[in-house]
Amino acid sequence: MTDRVAHPTAADLLDVTDPVGAVDLVDCGPQPDTVAYAAATPDVPQPFRELGLKDDEYLRIREILGRRPTDAELAMYSVMWSEHCSYKSSKVHLAYFGKTTTAQMQSKMLAGIGENAGVIDIGDGWAVTFKIESHNHPSYVEPYQGAATGVGGIVRDILAMGARPVAVMDQLRFGPADAADSGRVVPGVVAGVSGYGNSLGLPNIGGEVIFDPSYAGNPLVNAACIGVLRSADLHTAHATGTGNKVILYGSRTGLDGIGGVSVLASDTFAGEGGAGGQGGVRKKLPSVQVGDPFAEKVLIECTLEVFAAGLVVGIQDLGGAGLSCATSELASAGSGGMHVVLDAVPLRADGMTPAEILSSESQERMCAVVAPDKVEDFLAVCGKWEVQADVIGEVTDTGRLVIDFHGETVVDVPPRTVAHQGPVYERPVARPDWQDALQANTSGALPRPDVEQLGRLILQMIASPNLCSRSWVTDQYDRYVRGNTVLAQPADAGIVRVTENADDAMVPERGLAMATDCNGRYTLLDPYAGAQLALAEAYRNVVTTGAAPAGVTNCLNFGSPEDPSVMWQFSQAVRGLADGCATLGIPVTGGNVSLYNQTGGVNILPTPVVGVLGVIDDVRRRTITGIGQDTGETLLLLGETRDEFDGSEWASVVHGHLGGKPPVVDLAAEKLLGDVLIAGSRDGMISAAHDLSEGGLAQALVEMCLSGQTGARILLPEGPGITDPFVLLFSESTARVVVAVPRTEELRFTEMCTVRRQPWVKVGVVDAGNASAHGSLDEQALDIQGVTRLSLAELRTAWEGTLPALFG
Amino acid sequence: MTQVAAKMNAVGAANTPRIGVITFPGTLDDVDAARAIRCSGAQAVPLWHADADLAGVDAVVVPGGFSYGDYLRAGAIAAQAPIMHAVIDAARRGLPVLGICNGFQILCEAGLLPGALVRNAGLRFICRDQWLRVENTSSVWTSRFEPAAEILIPMKNAEGRYVAAESVLDELEGEGRVLFRYVGDGPAQGNPNGALRDIAGISSADGKIAGLMPHPEHAIDALTGPTDDGLGLFLSVQDWIGTATAATIAATAGTAATAGTAARGPTAGARG
Repeated sequence: MTDRVAHPTAADLLDVTDPVGAVDLVDCGPQPDTVAYAAATPDVPQPFRELGLKDDEYLRIREILGRRPTDAELAMYSVMWSEHCSYKSSKVHLAYFGKTTTAQMQSKMLAGIGENAGVIDIGDGWAVTFKIESHNHPSYVEPYQGAATGVGGIVRDILAMGARPVAVMDQLRFGPADAADSGRVVPGVVAGVSGYGNSLGLPNIGGEVIFDPSYAGNPLVNAACIGVLRSADLHTAHATGTGNKVILYGSRTGLDGIGGVSVLASDTFAGEGGAGGQGGVRKKLPSVQVGDPFAEKVLIECTLEVFAAGLVVGIQDLGGAGLSCATSELASAGSGGMHVVLDAVPLRADGMTPAEILSSESQERMCAVVAPDKVEDFLAVCGKWEVQADVIGEVTDTGRLVIDFHGETVVDVPPRTVAHQGPVYERPVARPDWQDALQANTSGALPRPDVEQLGRLILQMIASPNLCSRSWVTDQYDRYVRGNTVLAQPADAGIVRVTENADDAMVPERGLAMATDCNGRYTLLDPYAGAQLALAEAYRNVVTTGAAPAGVTNCLNFGSPEDPSVMWQFSQAVRGLADGCATLGIPVTGGNVSLYNQTGGVNILPTPVVGVLGVIDDVRRRTITGIGQDTGETLLLLGETRDEFDGSEWASVVHGHLGGKPPVVDLAAEKLLGDVLIAGSRDGMISAAHDLSEGGLAQALVEMCLSGQTGARILLPEGPGITDPFVLLFSESTARVVVAVPRTEELRFTEMCTVRRQPWVKVGVVDAGNASAHGSLDEQALDIQGVTRLSLAELRTAWEGTLPALFG
Repeated sequence: MTQVAAKMNAVGAANTPRIGVITFPGTLDDVDAARAIRCSGAQAVPLWHADADLAGVDAVVVPGGFSYGDYLRAGAIAAQAPIMHAVIDAARRGLPVLGICNGFQILCEAGLLPGALVRNAGLRFICRDQWLRVENTSSVWTSRFEPAAEILIPMKNAEGRYVAAESVLDELEGEGRVLFRYVGDGPAQGNPNGALRDIAGISSADGKIAGLMPHPEHAIDALTGPTDDGLGLFLSVQDWIGTATAATIAATAGTAATAGTAARGPTAGARG
């Protein structure tokens, strides 16, 4: 999980703990700082601290090179050794994933940690690759472009594996929904995901939208992508074969998206009217990259065509750290060295320095290694798609990455020292002194509602920002494009079809399911359990649709690694997730880490977003959320309900309370529940199912009714066990799902549960009201007998009204 | 709601209608249009924007997406592509042409259909299942629908608001050239974007050139779409092709599959 192809983009450069002041790079007149000049001027002071390098890191670079680095080399090392690219704070903890992955778990993995994205064999010669990545900091500075380029970056990661991207998802976390700045950030981020993703032609099949004050100055914008490929076509990024050509293709390289290094250097030059010359004109360009989804769409088709035609040895996407990353990564993964001529890089701006060209994060670019006899064909494919492509260098046997500019060598380094041999830190780890007090402050003393107040409470809860309908967001995303979307939001997991058999309904159509989850409130209360709860919920969401979990990815969003309590949260969460995956027997195939998510010294809720990918043998067998296939179907609650309200939505919405310990994790129960749901789906015993999570049983029932536009009559169980209606309706105990079962299947299904020792209890029936009134929302209701009767119309008004009222 | 039939004929037979699907750079729904054509029993023929030849197809679908990134105006650049010159020539000679979403925008930009599509009234991209009423069932692309049938198919666009001069709208109405109108009650139904006179789709005077903003190719089965109502357009044109071919070769009238048979796959559940 060392995930060396991290995409920092502007994130590190915007880190408040990575201050990059105005940097005065070596002034060597109008000529760029060359290797020869650097060797001759060892004592020139260099602004390494302003670039985020520590004293010992700078000394190590000098030691590696045997001289001082050039400007271009300093720019490369500083960005590649940054937290975002090098994982220097997280590496020692991430190693735990490797230690807990058994051979059995690895058996289906074709590529794992360390590649652009993990790859899993799903059978019949098909493989799937999937990953989540963060684009948090840029999305706060510039919500639309930050989110848009976040989608673009993760899609290129998937593409670089040789896979066709088939779906995207987005995991969004914002400050309070009614905070003034949310009116800027939320619509901007959603429009960015929508504007970019829709134009790419990738269905958005789900995600998360969560509001919490801790994200007010530091929203989380994570983006996930799933790709599909034939197992035999798997490509990994590497540059082998002396004499093979290095081709940069896609958009031109510009000053947009240059974070710290070069723009700041230009600023200084311009301010002094000095050596940089024209810097004054270009310094105002945005430090957040600007996306062009049309360029990405043709890049996707062009790349898939060169892969299919067998024209490439290896491909690397350009994301964070741009060419610095791509060239050093490609050369490191290959056998020899690489020689690049920067003059061949097509530019958007005049007078760019080598450091700027190497650091630019201009979007929609890829780098390919191509055998000399295939170059012509490669360029022809690019020409067909009107994609700019230029040979910028070749693979060598020198073992060094050498980069020339204007006839002089400006970079001459061992590539692995840039890409993989960055510093590794053992940051101090300390359980925070407030953790005990937080856990002691349970929800036990909070006043609870009487039975007659529960109807109003249901309406209040379903209208709260974290439980209300996400349609305002998801209706801005294209979920239909490519015609393979079988389930999308608000389903528990998104499902896309992989194999089509339109002519024969008897031949199964294989599909992929994916869900992502994380409850940061639970994770604050107990990071180890919180990560496992995220895993458990994503797992449960996948099995609820009838798919079998096959792999796990993650995006670990945390605060400052220089805060020992954050490193404790991080290490606990990693251990919880790794141990949980081992228990469930599914491997972590990759992941992403985003640190320094804090505002004014206050860290975000620890937010380890977990994505579970599942495989469904026949998408026609998928289980949907909405009830209403048939009136009179039985509603069963699977799993055990306990009195668990610490960290719950009820405690938050009604009392503004956060304390105690999160719900009990029971992964064995989750696995059993999953087996039951998969069997029930496969054998046609379940007509609808929905998992219970935040908001408990009440929330699940409301969503099943509204999704299916059909009412239900609920009779809460009278024991044994819990009988308090409030607890039954709002507790957030895990490993629970509500299923609708046709009456003809009820006995078969409940006997299967009993045999397997799956706890179940009947909670009601589907009730479509008068047959003549079917379809009329006014006639139908969620009738919880002895508690409340709420019409679907009033439920829908409450559930759907919140986000449109806030965001228009 | 109209049930439409799906002919599941094996493709490739000598008399199987061949329907072209154009791909421009930035086209997204070409794979979907081709699938809908196959599912309705015809052969889908890929056409490339830079070619000037229609490969002898019997009809053309200009699919949705963001051709050329919607730069300049949606559809404006694609309307100038070499393939579109061929489409315009063929359309003038009576070749049936269907523009879906971006394809509708392209046909308007190419002058094959009147009016224009502008930014939605709410200024946002809208993706939802939309009720439409079929206003004219005598066109080449709508003959399979029952008169005034109400159908449910997805829409997804940011620039789908149909506008035209009052005189043009009156002419369209008077000549029965409004093919589809937005209908339905409730907050998530009815006119989604401020389109004038609730117009979702129109046709040329002879009913052979049609354009609509919603996506019939995304409603071909209840597994991946809300309904199979969209198949009606692709079946209608095949009826016309069959009849036209038969007339041309002076043979007996082409046979048409009967309406009322459900398409493949489960028919309930997917609500997108």
